[in-house]
Amino acid sequence: MDFDKELDARGLNCPLPILRTKKSLNELTSGQVLKVRATDPGSVKDMQAFAKQTGNELVSSTENGGEYVFMLRKG
Amino acid sequence: MEQKKLALIATKGTLDWAYPPFILASTAAALGYEVQIFFTFYGLQLLKKDLSHLKVSPLGNPGMPMKMPFGPKWFKGINWNIPNAVQALVPGYESLATVLMKQTIRNNGVASIPELRELCIEAEVKLIGCQMTVDLFGFDHADFIDGIEYGGAATFFEFAGESDICLYI
Repeated sequence: MDFDKELDARGLNCPLPILRTKKSLNELTSGQVLKVRATDPGSVKDMQAFAKQTGNELVSSTENGGEYVFMLRKG
Repeated sequence: MEQKKLALIATKGTLDWAYPPFILASTAAALGYEVQIFFTFYGLQLLKKDLSHLKVSPLGNPGMPMKMPFGPKWFKGINWNIPNAVQALVPGYESLATVLMKQTIRNNGVASIPELRELCIEAEVKLIGCQMTVDLFGFDHADFIDGIEYGGAATFFEFAGESDICLYI
């Protein structure tokens, strides 16, 4: 999937992946896609909750060998 | 949708208890909440310009695991169950525990308190210092970071009374 910006949040723990995601989304315009890479297992649930509460769309959430990749479309 | 509001009261002045108010405040701000934190009693320590004095104490804290943040895995897994009487007698025990805790925090990719506080300020979380405690403890406004307001219980209620979530930490 294409994306407009990538955020490397690997090695960061709660709440940093969410805070950095919010900051990165601020730099995008509505409809653009942010790719977030993380290693915090808690970020899976948190990213869903973040998207739901902020009106951004969590397009996909995948895991591969302890690394999580989230695709968020800015609302 | 009207902006939600979170009101926090921060009352603890130790390294460990500095986390909940700043984590919740910064996250709520990221979720679009308007946030205020009222710092009272020992919580005022979290507004000091220099935060390096914040310590964590394992003394009388049976919930705190004492594990080493370095060495091989088997060594890191040991819980050093040191009796209170010994902890109390060893000079610098608290400082040592704090150094180890800060290393554990770094090892786990957890933000430092100065970093989290900065993120709160960036996100326009409003910080209010309890003026009564400032007087009581003989503090000076110059001890604290710039940009905070000072007030009392009535100031707190002005915002808390309209908040959606209100927590005492």
